[in-house]
Formats: sequence, structure tokens, C-alpha cells
Amino acid sequence: MIKFLAKGLIRDRSRSFFPLLTIVITVTLVIFVIGFMEGAMNNFLQSTAVISSGHVKVITKAYKKESNQLPNDLALFETEKTIQNLYDMYPNYFWSPRITFGGLLDVPDKNGETKEQAPVFGIGIDFFSEKSRQTEIWELEKYLINGHLLKNRDDALISSKLAEQLNVDIGSAITLISSTMDNAFATYNFNVTGTFDLNKGQADKQMMLVDISGARQALDMTDAASEIFGYHNSLYYDDEEAVRIRSNFNLTYSDSIAQMLRNEESYDALSYMSGWNKISNTVKKKLPKQRTNALSDNQMYDNIDEWDDFSVEDPAIFTPTMIALRDGSQLANMVDFSNVAMGVMAGIFLVIVMIVLWNLGLMSGLRRYGEFGLRLAIGESKGQVYRSMIIEALLIGFVGTLLGTLLGVSLTYYVQEFGIDYSEAINQMSSEMVLPNVFYAKVTSELYYIGFIPGVLATALGTMLAGLAIYKREMSQLFKELEA
Amino acid sequence: MKNYLILFFLSSFSFTQSDHMSADDIMKEIDKNLNAESRIITSEMVVKGRRSNRTIKSKNWIVGTELAFIEYLSPPRESGTKMLKIGEKLYTYSPQTDRVIQISGHMLRQSVMGSDMSYNDMMEDRPMEELYSATIEGSTILDGREHWVMVLNAKVKGLSYPKRRSWVDKEYLLPKKEELYAKSGKLLKTASLKGIKKIDGRWFPSKFVYKDELKRNSKGTEWIIDNIQFNKKIPDSRFSKALLRK
Repeated sequence: MIKFLAKGLIRDRSRSFFPLLTIVITVTLVIFVIGFMEGAMNNFLQSTAVISSGHVKVITKAYKKESNQLPNDLALFETEKTIQNLYDMYPNYFWSPRITFGGLLDVPDKNGETKEQAPVFGIGIDFFSEKSRQTEIWELEKYLINGHLLKNRDDALISSKLAEQLNVDIGSAITLISSTMDNAFATYNFNVTGTFDLNKGQADKQMMLVDISGARQALDMTDAASEIFGYHNSLYYDDEEAVRIRSNFNLTYSDSIAQMLRNEESYDALSYMSGWNKISNTVKKKLPKQRTNALSDNQMYDNIDEWDDFSVEDPAIFTPTMIALRDGSQLANMVDFSNVAMGVMAGIFLVIVMIVLWNLGLMSGLRRYGEFGLRLAIGESKGQVYRSMIIEALLIGFVGTLLGTLLGVSLTYYVQEFGIDYSEAINQMSSEMVLPNVFYAKVTSELYYIGFIPGVLATALGTMLAGLAIYKREMSQLFKELEA
Repeated sequence: MKNYLILFFLSSFSFTQSDHMSADDIMKEIDKNLNAESRIITSEMVVKGRRSNRTIKSKNWIVGTELAFIEYLSPPRESGTKMLKIGEKLYTYSPQTDRVIQISGHMLRQSVMGSDMSYNDMMEDRPMEELYSATIEGSTILDGREHWVMVLNAKVKGLSYPKRRSWVDKEYLLPKKEELYAKSGKLLKTASLKGIKKIDGRWFPSKFVYKDELKRNSKGTEWIIDNIQFNKKIPDSRFSKALLRK
């Protein structure tokens, strides 16, 4: 039966070609639009994650409060130990320390005196360690304009915009003027080994990239880091999972460290009390805990701002805390809005496409009323005619969707690999958000089945609706339509 | 008894005299104490950080507001770093980079080594009388001592602190406490002068405590004067760029 109907469809092009073409085009469009929207959103999030937020990141509570000032005096200590703990707790993520710093870049003349100066936003990244995937996620080979990647501790890559501003060539020595994590004056010489353009609007205008070992040496930050970035091993940002591990880390690891720091502080404070030396060691150990609990009960640390000059600074401000990508400024709204917007846009698009295909099924059915009358006259039952119509619609829908999916996924894959360049528009936009210049689509698993909703379902439903008329009309009426 | 009467008479005379001083007279007396043609200072700066304190030793040569040279003596990371101020230009040399770097004028209002003091706070010495016009707001007791409360408004443009409120000790004729304001009236810093001693015939504090009021959680910076010499001849070569590398 299916073979018979299929032959009919192939031989009668008017019944199969245009419906098939329409389905192929619409399914291709559905797949490409959804793949592109998904990819564009992921590009935006990934750019932000690579440059400024990670999928999650660990910082001290104090750093979190003042992060816009890049306060390295509030940086994390003992980062190796913290990173090892993070790998043990969340093996699906990889972790990388980072130092972000501001300062001035000074270019010397031939006498070693200042020739040019410009403000710089520096990032010390762990490029050299064995586990590091930073070169991969930054895709620096792709964005390198001149020179080569970092090889030594004192090498630096600077953005092509900054290189142009400072009139610096590859191989030049530049001096960073900044502050150590103790806020002391710091100067350090780097060698420019390459220039890059990240294709991310104004985000890299003043950017310098160095290995974290160089940044640590320059800023006197041994085993310290401003932040520890975490990325999912798949590099795909999963908002729900990021939020889950953030909450888990802050409720377990972070709070236990806070308690420990408060106990230490209490212990130190108590040690100044007269008579301390007369107390037994067992009692000494209990006391800090009691004091901390009392302070917590009084919510002293929580309301520390109200205590003004009389308060002690809560030692827990140096506790590591985790934040997810969505916790960054305006990013939560952005992520939520884009998820909703993408859902709504994809939904509207799907509905429109379904109406078109439904209409196509309806029109093809109506056009063939004469034929159905003839088939009824030669003895076919209404049910047989109705079923054959639906099978034909399903066949066309299925083949069209297969071809459309193949074409749509191919097109999406092409744009995933080569992207669409929006440089000129992005360069005119604000530099606050890290926007990529080139947007890439994303081939996701849902693209392989999403086309079947409009392609098969809508066509079949349209045909079924049109076919209902067969039951309502008498054979003679269908014959009249044949004569007409 | 006779001696007591003489002492009483003299002390009441001195109080009467200081109580009737005009604002300009007080400013002149302050300048006599604080200001000099040149100063050579060996000092320690204790920067109170949120995690730890740092002590930085330095030797400073200062002539008026135009010329200053600082050599850092310790800790090891800062040792050998030198700074030269000529007018609005600041040059710095660090042995790690072996570079002389010029720092632009606005940096002079920035913090020295992460402290609550600016380069201008540390490197300038110009008579207050030339810079500010003063009015006496009233008298008050501070730490059990009589003080005038004075308001100083800038007479010249471009000062780091266009307005100051000073609590001037009536005996030492030195400001013991100061509030330093921006042109907008915003409080920028507070300073207090402690450990007043007689040095070369003038009253001079041995410790300055600065607190940057714009820095949240700032615990202040102590600038302790270990040694100070006034009006010593400083050769011009001290303020040459060539000396930075030596």
C-alpha cells in the first residue's frame, strides 16, 4: 500500500513536488533559526565566561563586594589547595587561577625613559600548567595577529588596538606599573611576543595577557589569585548546574572556612585577655567557638556595617565564595530574558510554520475532491480514501522533513564553523558587555527532531482536517466537483 | 611664693596673648613650626592593611613644593626604589626594572605605596599662609588641651585640599587634628599629628596619622618621623634624574 502510494506521489509531480519543496524550505528555516539563536546566545555567554566570569568562579567575599576595583589585596591565598579541593568536589569542571589587574603600560625610548604610556587591563592566565585548557578556550592561535603565543614567564601578548596606541612592535620591552597585593608600588618588565584581536568589540581595547607566573612575580602574589575560574568540561554553559554547584559550595565549603576564620580571630582576641594563660587548653579550645556562636547569634557579623567604627572586621570576608555566570552584573536578567525570548521566538516561528504547512495539507486535500469522488464511485470506501490521503501526507512530510533536517543541520553546521561577522555593528556598541564580533550557530541534538513537529505533524493534521469533508459530502456532490 | 606669683603672671600673660591672636598670626606661627626652606627626613610609614601591616622606611629630601627626592630603604622589595618630583612631574626608578618612569601629574594625588598618604602629602612643603585664608571658628578642648578650631579656605587654585578644618593647639601652635575637604565639601582625609617635640627650636610632630575617608575599611597610615633636619643646604644634584639610577 505504502509502496503504491509512494509511486503515485513520484509519478504525479503536482501532488508531491511543491508540497515537498515547501516542507523542505520551512523545516530548513526552523532548524537554522533555532540553531543560530542557540549558538548566538552560547557565543555571548562563552565570551563572557572566557574573559570575565567563567561558568562559575571562586573569589573572596571581600573581593566580590569591590570586584570592579580589581582589589588584589583581597585576593585568594593558597590557591593550589583550593583548586585541588574544587577538582575533588566537582570533577565535571576544570579550574584555573587568574589574576586581573589594572595599571599603566610604559614604553621606553632608546635611553630607557618613558616614551609612551597607556592604561592597561591585564589578565594573568594559567597557560603553562599541564592540565590547563586556557589556550584552547581563549582560541588565541585563531586571534593572533602578529608574533607567537607566550613561551616564558615574562612574555606578554597585547591587543592590536593597544599595540597601535603605544606604537609597540613584537620583541619590544614594556614596563607594567601597578600595585602589588600589599598595595605597594610595582614595576615589572615584560616582552611583547604577539598581538591579538579577540573580535569581541571594545572588550580587548586595553588588554594585556600574560601567564599567571609572570603576573604573580610582578604583583608579588605567590600562590595567590584574584579569582579561580571553573568551566564545565564540555565548555557548554548549563545554567541550572552552575547554580546548583554554586549553592552547594557556598553552603558547605565556604561556610566551614568562614567558621574556621572566625574561630581563629576569636582565639587571637581571647589570647589578649588577662588570665588567658591560667585557663586549661580544653577550655581554651571551647571558648572561641562560644564567642563565634555568640557573635553569630547577635548577628554582629551580618550587620557589620551598622557597627561602624566600633565593629571588628569580620574575618570571614576572606572566605572563598562561589558565584555563577548568571550572578554577574545584569547577567541573570540577561540569561533569563534570553531563555524566555528564545523560547517565545522559537515558539512563534514554529506556530507560523505549522500554520503554513497545515494550510498546505488543507489545500492539497481540497484540490483533490474530484479525484476522491471518482475513487468512491469505483468502489473505494470513504475510510480507505481518507487513510490513503493521510499516509501520503505522512510520506511527503517525512521525506520533506528528512531533507529539510539534512539541509538545515548542514547550513547550521556551516555557520557554526565559519560564523557571521557583525564587527561593524558590535564596534559601535558599549564595551560593558563582552559581545563577540562573529556569531556562530550551534548544532544541538534537538535540531535533529525539532523539524518533525511542523514537517510531519502539521502537514498530516492539515490533510486530516481537509479529509474530514469526504465524510460530510455525498458521492454525487464530489462527482459534481470533478466535473467542475 | 614669689616664684609662684611670677610663674602665674607669666602663664596668664601667655594665655592672654595666645587667646588674642588673629587667624593670620596663628597661621604664621604654624608655618614657623612646620615649614622650612628645606627638610631632610628619615621616616617610617606604617601602612595598615586589611590583612597585614607593612612598614616602609625612606629618606626624603624636600625643598618647597617643587623639588623632592625619596629613596626607599626597606623592606627588601621596595629597597632601592627612588622617586623624584620636579614641579608637577614625578619620576620613579626601581632596581627590578632598571627603568626611569615618568608618572603623570594627576598621580601626585594618588596613594604612596598603598598608604593613605598621597605623593603631595609626603613631598610638599609650602607655607600655609601663602595657600589658605583662615578664620577662627571657635575654641574647644581636645585631649584635655585648649585648641582653636580654624577653617582654612584655599587662596590659590589647584590645591589637593581646597578646604581644611584644623584643631590648633594653643600652646604648641600646631594643628593636632585636621579634616581635609574637596572643593565640593566632601571629606577626603583626616590627619592627626602626635608626639610633639621641640626640634631645632620649633614644635614638630613625630608622628602623622592619615586616614583616607574615601577608602572603605581604611585603618589609616602612620608616618613616623625618625629624624628631621630643617633648612640644611641640599645640593641641586640631589634633584637630578641621573641620581635615580645611582
